[in-house]
Parts: sequence; structure tokens; C-alpha cells
Amino acid sequence: MLVAKILQKSALTVVMVAIAVMLLFPIVITFTNSLMTELEIGINYGPIGQIDKADAGRANPFVNLKLIPDKVSLKQYDKILVGSPKYLMMFWNSVFMVVPIIAGQTLVAALAAYAFSKLQFRGRDPLFLVYVLTMLMPFQVTLVPNYIMADKLGLLNSPNAIILPGIFAAFGVFMLRQFMLAIPYAYIEAAKIDGAGHLRIFCTIIIPMIKPGLASLVILLFVDYWNMVEQPLIFLDDPFKQPLSVYLSTINKAKGIAFAASMLYMSPMVLLFLYAESYFIEGIQLSGIKG
Amino acid sequence: MKKWIRKDTSAALMFLAPSGVGFAMFYLIPFAMGVFYSFMDSTVDSQFVGLDNYRELLASSSFRQAASNTFYFSAVSVPLILVLSLGLAILLNQNIYFRKWLRTAFVLPLVVPVASIILIWQMLFDWNGSLNAWLSYFGSERVDWMKTDAARNVVIVVYLWKNIGYNVILFLAGLQQIPRDYYETAQIEGAGRLRQFSSITLVYLTSTMFFVVIMSIINSFKVFRETYLIAGDYPHESIYIMQHYMNNMFMSLDIQKLTAAATLMFGCIFLIVMGLFAIERRHRKFME
Repeated sequence: MLVAKILQKSALTVVMVAIAVMLLFPIVITFTNSLMTELEIGINYGPIGQIDKADAGRANPFVNLKLIPDKVSLKQYDKILVGSPKYLMMFWNSVFMVVPIIAGQTLVAALAAYAFSKLQFRGRDPLFLVYVLTMLMPFQVTLVPNYIMADKLGLLNSPNAIILPGIFAAFGVFMLRQFMLAIPYAYIEAAKIDGAGHLRIFCTIIIPMIKPGLASLVILLFVDYWNMVEQPLIFLDDPFKQPLSVYLSTINKAKGIAFAASMLYMSPMVLLFLYAESYFIEGIQLSGIKG
Repeated sequence: MKKWIRKDTSAALMFLAPSGVGFAMFYLIPFAMGVFYSFMDSTVDSQFVGLDNYRELLASSSFRQAASNTFYFSAVSVPLILVLSLGLAILLNQNIYFRKWLRTAFVLPLVVPVASIILIWQMLFDWNGSLNAWLSYFGSERVDWMKTDAARNVVIVVYLWKNIGYNVILFLAGLQQIPRDYYETAQIEGAGRLRQFSSITLVYLTSTMFFVVIMSIINSFKVFRETYLIAGDYPHESIYIMQHYMNNMFMSLDIQKLTAAATLMFGCIFLIVMGLFAIERRHRKFME
């Protein structure tokens, strides 16, 4: 009986580990390939994009997907960090767009979420529905009027054309409301009896209780805005103002350093994720439970 | 009670003001303007043209292509991700080793940036890519993944890969909320596994399901980024979706078609969300 149980548990674990390995494979291969020399990358991935018939005579027309480098080298990193100042510039462009958006949206959304979850006022539910609807809409739906609006406000070709709409996006309101709904109303009533105002209740009761929610919101926003592509392409004409996400997709053609570039680009996100992982997962879990 | 509500209203105004002002300025007003333009013949000195723009839009074959692709993609990938992630969550909820590690591994793809995905995508799905290398090793014909209808499946795979872990965690949390003795009672009363799944698991997962569906729809629109970066403005026709269409209309300054398409898309999303809310409300009544 016991043996059968252990066997079953092990078999299930093996299956799940196999799935996990498949999911992690792209990350692992990016990492190991970032340690290859440019020459080795060129040999392995040269066939990408080649038209077939031209090299029909060649021995190996396929990509050679390789996990272990022949020779470990940090040349790719060196070339990006030391040899191409553009990379670092774009990196900072990204940071200066993403950080204000995250800070702003978290604050603005927390305030609004409090009103939507813990205050009674007329028109609350219809207004919230409007928030949910805009949240679901892809960026392109309001592209034209947004562009006109940015033009009128003099925001075109400035990072503010991306930062301001980012701060007021509905996603944060939706997420944080979800967490606040889980806080029993009794806490607020008790504080009210003690004479606390709403601002006090918000700062001393609500905020400490939704820490996992805040952590998961910050990570999800980071992932989303660190990767933005459409907005900068439309609102920023100047190539030197573009964020890393746009720049990287263009240097992908230079495969020699693309893997290390990817690793560097991914690292802030992975580090943040690993740092706040338990909060993040707890946060995601809580968000789905209360509807 | 009345007094309380009035007091709440003034507080609500203060809490909502920062978000409300910005939200109106960058989302609500632009959206209303968009709907307005969709009935006009141009954005300056415009004249009301009724449904002309819509008629023209519906006559355009590239719009119809984009609309049906978008519909197909959502109709296939959202249910697919629901089934797969619920399945994985149920397995992960069993007695298993390394549960915490597995959970982490499952969500990690979420933080992988677009550019890296594209790099791997090329390596795997190029005509000379690894997938074709494996196929030919086993003696099958190569497939031109990005330039045939197969492109559709590639996009679905990328979507699943990226978003499955997030849903698994959501479902796992929902599963852990269901009290164990419900299942025990059901077992004593002779309910089979399938019966237990449909009348306990699914019923108690409904509010989680609601949340997961909304997130999955949002994320299904985000696959556009990857598709756009890998295949540009005009990818193979099987993966040409609404966002490509709207982007291209923007580039060619065909504002009428763009705003009409945007309004129609909004209409569809509106119907879906209203449907979801209706189901949720009914379920809540049922639970009470």
C-alpha cells in the first residue's frame, strides 16, 4: 500500500517535472547560449532565415540547437555593456518609463480601489464596469483619439505620452479592488467606531493588509510595461528615446550578441520575481478567490 | 443608513478623483471620441455619414479576415488554456514532491521578455529551425511554420506557454479553498470522480473561473506583440488579427475604418463581459 502510494507520487512528480522543464527550456537555452562566442552562435544559428534551395548542397542546413557551449566566454556581455553605449541608454529609457508608471498606477489605483470596494455611492457598479471594459480593450482601440489627445497636450515624442496613460490604466484598480473585497467590512466598522477617518483607515488598515496584492500588481505591471512595444513605436519618433524592448527586437538580427542582450534585459524582471516570489504567488492566489 | 451613504459619497469622490480625472482624459474621452469619429467622414470639418463607415468596413476583405482570425484565436485559445491549466492545477494539488518548485517553474515564463521569446521562436519555428530538424530526423516532411496555416498553432502554443502558469496558480488557490470533507461526504454517498468534479470542484471554482477568463482574454490580446515583432505589419493571413488591421489603418491614416473597427470590437467585448457578469450573478444567487 505504502509502496504503491510512493510510486504514484513519484510518477506524478516525474510527469510534472517534465512539463516544467519544457516550460523552462527557452530560459535555460537563452542563458547557456549567452555564454557562447559569437563565432559559435554564427555557426549554430546561421541557417535561420535562409532560403532552402540555395544551400541544398550543404551538409547541415538546420539550426543546431545547442545547450552546452564549446567554450564558455563572457564576450557577448562585454560587447554589450562596454562596447555598445546604446544598449545602456535604452535600458535607462525603459527604467525611466516603467518606474513612474508602476509607482503612479499603484498609488492612484489603490485609492480608487478603496472607493470601489469599501465605500457606498450611487453609480458605483456601473462605473466599475466601465473600468473593466476599458481594461479589456487592446491598445489599438483608442489609438486615434489617444494620439489626438497626446498631440493636443503636447506630449508627442515625449515619454510622458506613454507614462501618463500608463498611470491611469484600469488594470491596477481591478486587481487591488479584488484584494480589498477580501478584507471583512468589520475591520472598517471597528476603526470608524474608534473615530478614524477614511484616509486613516486606508493608510493604517487597508494598505498593510493588501501587501501581497501590491507585490503582485507591481510585478505584473513591470512585466507588462517592461515589454511594451506598440506605444513607443507610435508615440516616440526619436529612435534614441525608444525603450529597450523596441531596440532589442531590432538587434535580434545580430544574433551574435542577442542572447546576452536578452539575459540582461530579462534579469531585472527575474530578480524582482525571485525576490518577491512568495508575496507574488500569495497575491495571485488571493486575487482569484474572492470575486 | 442614508446619512452613511451621503458621507461615503464625499469620501468616495476624494478617493476616486485622481484616478477618475486621468482615466477620463486618457481612456474614456478618447474612446467616446473614437465612437463619434466612426460616424463621421473625417476628423476635421466632419459631416455625419451614419453607418457608411461600417458598411465600407464590412465590405473590406482584410477586415473580415482579421475579425474572423481574432474570433477564432480567442475561441480556441481561451477554452484551451482553461482546460489545460485546470488540469495541471488539479495534478499539482495531488500528493506530489517539489510542489513549490514546480509552481515557480510554471510561472517563470511570464517574466520572459518579448525579445527573448522572439529569439527562441526563430530558432524553433524557422524553415531551417530545430522543430523541422526533429521532424526530418523522424522522416517527416518539413513544415513552413510561419508561412502556412500552421502559424496559427504556433501563436497558440506561444500564448499557452506564456500564460499557463499564471492560471495554474489561480486555479490552485481556488482548489485549496474547497473543504476536503465535501469530497469525503460525496464519496460516502457514492458519487464517482466525475460527479465529484462537476458538482463540487467546478461549482466552487466559479468565481476563480470568472477571474481567470477575464485575465485570459486580456492576455490573448497581448500575443499581438510577439506576432507583430516576429512577422511585422503583414504576417501570414492566418495570424492577421484585429490589432494588425487597426495598426495598418492607423499607418495609412484611414481613421474612419479604424474607429469603426474599434467600435465594433468594443461591442463584442462588451457582450462577452456582460455575459460573464450575468453568469457570475446567477451563480452567486445559486450559492446563497
